[in-house]
Amino acid sequence: MQSRLPILVFALVMAAIPFIPGMPPFWIVLLDNIGLSALVAMGLVLLTGVGGLTSFGQAAFVGFGAYTTALLTTAYGLSPWLTLPLSLLISGLLAVLLGLVTVRLSGHYLPLGTLAWGLGLFYLFSKLEFLGRNDGISAIPPLSIGSFKMLSPGSIYFAIWVAVTLSALLTMNLLDSRTGRAIRALRRGHVAAEAFGVHTPRAKLLVFIHAAVLAGLSGWLYAHLQRAVNPTPFGAQAGIEYLFIAVVGGAGYVWGGVLGAAIVVILKEVLQSYLPLIVPGSGQVETIVFGIMLVALLQLAPGGVWPWLMSFLPERSGGRKPDTSLKLEQRPRASGQSSILLQVEKARKQFGGVVAVNNVSFDVQAREIVALIGPNGAGKSTTFNLITGVLSATSGSISVLGRKVDRAPPQEIVKLGISRTFQHVKLVPDMTVLENVAIGAHLRGHSGPLSSMLRLDRADEAKLLAEAARQIERVGLAEQMHQLAGSLSLGQQRIVEIARALCVDPMLLLLDEPAAGLRHMEKQQLAKLLRDLRDGGMSVLLVEHDMGFVMNLADRIVVLDFGTKIAEGTPATIKTNPEVIKAYLGVAA
Amino acid sequence: MNTTIMLFLLQDGITNGAIYALLGLALVLVFAVTRVILIPQGEFVTYGALTYASLASGQMPGTAKLALAMGVTACAFDLFVARKALHGRLILRSVVANVVLPAIVLALTIYFAAQKPSVAVCIALSLVIVAMIGLYLYRIAFQPLAHTSVLVLLIASVGTHLALQGLGLLFFGAEGQRGPAVLSGAFTAGSLRFTGQSLTVYGITIAFIVGLWLFFGLTLYGKALRATAVNRLGARLAGIRTTLSGQIAFLLASVIGALSGIMIVPITTLYYDSGFLIGLKGFVAAIIGGLVSYPLTAAAALFVGIVEAFSSFYASNYKEVIVFMLLIPVLLLRSLAAPAVEEEKD
Repeated sequence: MQSRLPILVFALVMAAIPFIPGMPPFWIVLLDNIGLSALVAMGLVLLTGVGGLTSFGQAAFVGFGAYTTALLTTAYGLSPWLTLPLSLLISGLLAVLLGLVTVRLSGHYLPLGTLAWGLGLFYLFSKLEFLGRNDGISAIPPLSIGSFKMLSPGSIYFAIWVAVTLSALLTMNLLDSRTGRAIRALRRGHVAAEAFGVHTPRAKLLVFIHAAVLAGLSGWLYAHLQRAVNPTPFGAQAGIEYLFIAVVGGAGYVWGGVLGAAIVVILKEVLQSYLPLIVPGSGQVETIVFGIMLVALLQLAPGGVWPWLMSFLPERSGGRKPDTSLKLEQRPRASGQSSILLQVEKARKQFGGVVAVNNVSFDVQAREIVALIGPNGAGKSTTFNLITGVLSATSGSISVLGRKVDRAPPQEIVKLGISRTFQHVKLVPDMTVLENVAIGAHLRGHSGPLSSMLRLDRADEAKLLAEAARQIERVGLAEQMHQLAGSLSLGQQRIVEIARALCVDPMLLLLDEPAAGLRHMEKQQLAKLLRDLRDGGMSVLLVEHDMGFVMNLADRIVVLDFGTKIAEGTPATIKTNPEVIKAYLGVAA
Repeated sequence: MNTTIMLFLLQDGITNGAIYALLGLALVLVFAVTRVILIPQGEFVTYGALTYASLASGQMPGTAKLALAMGVTACAFDLFVARKALHGRLILRSVVANVVLPAIVLALTIYFAAQKPSVAVCIALSLVIVAMIGLYLYRIAFQPLAHTSVLVLLIASVGTHLALQGLGLLFFGAEGQRGPAVLSGAFTAGSLRFTGQSLTVYGITIAFIVGLWLFFGLTLYGKALRATAVNRLGARLAGIRTTLSGQIAFLLASVIGALSGIMIVPITTLYYDSGFLIGLKGFVAAIIGGLVSYPLTAAAALFVGIVEAFSSFYASNYKEVIVFMLLIPVLLLRSLAAPAVEEEKD
């Protein structure tokens, strides 16, 4: 994503196309349509392919963009250039409204919800008097610069493709940034991203708005290309088709949207013009063939065409190593009334009738490694979730430096300097190790989406990546920095999670079974790393099943069994505690 | 508003709602078992209705030929997948189920269509034809995609919807059709008039809801379907043939769809593309039911039907707007009630 050369080449090629002698004007019309669809599909790539939010309702946003400019230019005589920001604004505002309702839905609710409001809005367009009902609005003025009016498809072509190229550039910039990493983490679920301070509903809303604004832009261009609007192109069928375009092209790739638009628009055109010659007779033969081809294509290439094409290109050697000399400011230390870092008092968690954690109390002091052990199902991971705010306790309290944090969400807990890893690794497999680790530093960066799009975030970004690279080197994975996280072994992925947690600049590190899947040597390195961290002033609370590892490392051990604390003490006393032996080995041991 | 109008609207709403309930149930069933959001459910409705109407008026419905064509394709898929390990019984089974059966039905259809068959024969033939289409549709379009994400399945579902709707235009033309009443006659109770048709609608809906409930609660196949819905891999490891579960789900969905169509077509004129909107209202109900709960879906469907009836009386222009926008407050409630910890997988 670093190189801008392909985009430049693309822009030059697109700029040159209309000047090819003998270029049929009809092809230009097709290219116009491709550009309009590509804009919408690009938004869907971000929304669906990257963010994991499926929307069937994008056509409604196109409609809002188109109707806004149509109404304002015809009824109120505004200049089209004035209505551009208004079109985008209206689409964006609508996205905020609908997004607030829908983005919190997961899985299948979201696509169905979007389908429903897509349809509702379509009927609204066709029923509202001031939007001309089914006839729509006609006689929309063309775009013009000075006295030059963009009346022909060939003249508006440039406006469309400038919009496509700029949108692609901005979208790619956004993805390659602090905000972009948060967006790319969305598809893998909330818990991991929220543990590092990402406000996931806000990130979802952001992509929703981005996609809607791109759709609104497409609608604005459409209105001035056709110079008439009616409800038909903004219905459910169109919404479905946009999604189809994104999936065909490759839903995870910005250029997949453009490619998909080209494939679908050309395919439809070819079917419409040639099928009647082959199959004479009435009606919707092209729809039938289109539908069948769609299913066939999905069966043959479910990932889309763009990644399939890209697999033919020589693999690019890994990215540049960030300049690790750049320093990221330390996180401001939370100060409190108490010297006890973490205090858990009579924490209790019930799931229905099951008591997962039963009035457990313990604490963690500064510069201390505490291990939480116990048989499977003892409530260790649930305790972690209570501390980090993923779950809220049924009763009892948890305080950090003397301050109660009982109801605080994960994003607030991490701000206090408590970071964690997960028992089941939660990395984004199609992001590099460096990018995954940089999510850990999310709260230590400041750039927002707009500055990311405009590349004003580079200084901030370089510092974040430098910090991520430093932590990766610290845990000994420098070699793997530019590999995809999904390609690492499970043990290495656990270490990546530790690097990500370290990026928070924590005072307390919560590790859930960090040594699982590691080889003997790697465990020793991990133990050394954790001791170094403690000596550097950090505290560690870990859940671990490897007794040898725990006994050699921990300063103190808390033993849970069936959600209840049965023992606490130094490794030496725990080893001989009869209760503990009973819990692990049975009564007669 | 006087009570007569209100009762009338209520009755109208319940009749429509019952149909939406059936469709909603089918959608929930298919989604739970196969993770497919069945957009072509609406085509099952129109195919059932228009096949029935065509047969009743002595015309030959094109759907019978479609069933044969899809059966041949399904058979080809079967044989291609099993090409490394072909043996006589497998070939025989596939050919009988996918080619011989629809061929016999086609022959019967041609025979009966020529002589204006009775209502019972029309219903039986329409149901069998649409059931086969549903079954083969799963084999051709969805079984090869069974392992993919919900999104890919959804897009495939849209593709099949487009193809089937296009074929519907080809078979039945752009003209709308009406069919003869399944049960004629009527009686009045107070100011309300109950037609035999509307009573049939209620009866069949209740029968299906109870039937599905018994099927899933008591039979081994029903439990196998539920197991598939919860965990595909686990179900396979327990010896459940997940393709069979998918086939059963599609079979049930297509029968339910066709039956709904046959019940509506005497009441309202249906066009080749009417099914989509009817199916979508079933969707609205299914979503309100959270795509998991049968009783909730049925209740929601009645609610949708009643809202539709009342809004068509008060604001007929905005009928569809109101029905679909109904979903937004529901989604809002679902959002608020959604558990805080929910991990998506893809």
